[in-house]
Amino acid sequence: MIRKLALSAIAALAIGGGQAVVAAPERTVTDFDFSFEGPFGSYDQAQLQRGLQVYTAVCSACHGLTQVAFRTLTQETGLGLSPEAVRAFASEFEVPDGEGGYRPADSPDRFPPSNMETAPDLSLMAKARAGFAGPYGLGINQLLYGMGGAEYIASFLTSFTGEESEQGGVLYYENESFGGDVAMPPILSPDMVEYSDGTVATEEQMAQDVAAFLMWAAEPHQTERKLWGLVGVLFLTLLASLLYLTNKRLWAPIKDQAKRS
Amino acid sequence: MSGIPHDHYEPKTNAEKWLHRRLPIVALIYDTLMIPTPKNLNWWWIWGIVLAFALALQIVTGIVLAMHYTPQADMAFNSVEQIMRNVNGGYMLRYLHSNGASLFFFAVYIHIFRGLYYGSYKAPREVTWIIGMLIYVLMMATGFMGYVLPWGQMSFWGATVITGLFGAIPGIGEPIQTWLLGGPAVGNPTLNRFFSLHYLLPFVIAALVIVHIWAFHTTGNNNPAGVEVRRGSKEEVKKDTLPFWPYFVIKDLFALVLVLLVFWAIVGFMPNYLGHPDNYMMANPLVTPPEIVPEWYFLPFYAILRAFTGDVWVVIAANWLSFGIIDAKFFGVLAMFGAIIVMALTPWLDTSSVRSGRHRPMFKSFFWLLVLDFVVLMWVGARPAAPPYSTISLIASAYWFAYFLVILPLLGVLERPTAPPATIEADFNATVKAKSGKGKIAPEQIPAE
Repeated sequence: MIRKLALSAIAALAIGGGQAVVAAPERTVTDFDFSFEGPFGSYDQAQLQRGLQVYTAVCSACHGLTQVAFRTLTQETGLGLSPEAVRAFASEFEVPDGEGGYRPADSPDRFPPSNMETAPDLSLMAKARAGFAGPYGLGINQLLYGMGGAEYIASFLTSFTGEESEQGGVLYYENESFGGDVAMPPILSPDMVEYSDGTVATEEQMAQDVAAFLMWAAEPHQTERKLWGLVGVLFLTLLASLLYLTNKRLWAPIKDQAKRS
Repeated sequence: MSGIPHDHYEPKTNAEKWLHRRLPIVALIYDTLMIPTPKNLNWWWIWGIVLAFALALQIVTGIVLAMHYTPQADMAFNSVEQIMRNVNGGYMLRYLHSNGASLFFFAVYIHIFRGLYYGSYKAPREVTWIIGMLIYVLMMATGFMGYVLPWGQMSFWGATVITGLFGAIPGIGEPIQTWLLGGPAVGNPTLNRFFSLHYLLPFVIAALVIVHIWAFHTTGNNNPAGVEVRRGSKEEVKKDTLPFWPYFVIKDLFALVLVLLVFWAIVGFMPNYLGHPDNYMMANPLVTPPEIVPEWYFLPFYAILRAFTGDVWVVIAANWLSFGIIDAKFFGVLAMFGAIIVMALTPWLDTSSVRSGRHRPMFKSFFWLLVLDFVVLMWVGARPAAPPYSTISLIASAYWFAYFLVILPLLGVLERPTAPPATIEADFNATVKAKSGKGKIAPEQIPAE
């Protein structure tokens, strides 16, 4: 009976995930491997730092990151930068000083907003996008491999086809992951940034690094949350075992009586 | 409180007697906890406790979330992010609350289908059933308004679509919609009133839960055999029942912890699985999402809403008969609410004299088809409203109504039920024997599960 319940629970979950389907055109999202996938996955600190480098050098020219405060870059489960490094990094950005002018940012400040009205803020982008939710909208793929927001971002950055088209005086670029034309031009090119850890800055490498960084930006407490999950699951398993034994012991005389009747 | 004879609380010490004369609260708690409960309740009877827990969880996490949330259109989305990032444990609170809604609905659906299978709605438990249905409708209202509060894209457009249902009422629809929204479109007044009501309704639900429990404590629980507890004497009652404490409290707690194990794993490891990615984008009245999809627990009824398009013959007929007052949109709204109303009317639509589905061979097949139908509706509710999904949802919607309006009334006449066990005691003994020693008793003594 318990097994039956568990199965129906899984089935219901699988169907529930189906709502993540959006009737957008056919999309192709590559299933990149990220260190933070699965119940025990956590962020790769070096990758997040590389991703920050890509965001700062490339994305931040247009896109904002307003939900993220500089001070959170010190987070040990995240980028793990030193407070001094963060202060130095923050001072390269400018924020409104409240008197109509601008001042260099400090660690309590947040990343500046987008410089272009058409460029969306990236703070939550990794959670606002998803990978393949099928088959048939059953959500099984996401049940097994995660929601796929970071995969989508990395795929998006590397799947420009090179086709361009002009619509109403604006140039659009075809993108396979988006499944159509987008206003953002293909931006990554090999060796755009020089990684301090010696990693070769291929397009795909940079795309994955910045996608990982944006996943952290969207869900900075992911590692802590999974730890809570693990502790809770272990505790509840223990509690369930004890209650199982208690229940068995409690009902034993009643059932014996029934057997003898 | 109970209609079943059992030992009542007797104050022993002077202090107990003093209090009892003034306020018999200990007696109330004692009698509620010690209520005689049919021995033979199976594992499908544990979802009531899960529901009580879910309500408590939602109220507690909700109250704390409300301490950090700002119900203002420009600030609501960011205040939720503030909770996720800067409030201590805020991410757990919010994920518990948002997934708690899923737990609540998952449990309520099993609870409802359990009632439908074992005939828990039948006399004398119609009032319990009706109150349960009221609770369910309030849960849907609360869940819907709660989903609007984070002020994401799906919040905003979901609110637009659902309040638009009221706008489909001929003539008076538009003023009603404007009145509900507090303006011509979903905006700050809508968010404010939804927050207020989202905070209020759970307490109304809690009050109704007490009435729900009161009602079935008066009639006694139904049970898998569908026969009543013998009430001739306390000795007879003791043969059929066990006190709720400790036998069913411990059993229910064990089941609750197992359910919570799965729930906690979802919250910890995949908290966004049941949500929609679009809701991590702030509400934008100028950008309509490509597809507006409600939360999973609304999908079956959403599918029924969308199933009746203008080219379906019943819709054409209704339109013609009502001189054009009932158009396809209004028909869909009527169908959606009708789907819940027919379920609420089950006690009077089911004509069978036998209560439990276990002893109704034909009913069983139709019941499981209804469960399948519900799952199919849930699935097509999330698919685009285009062929082949539109046909599937129409067939599935038709079966939903046929089950309640045609099949249940007819089965009572057409079906030849098998004989239920004479007593709960006999059923319990046979079940225990069947489980412990296979082959020791003749198969005809084993009640079908």
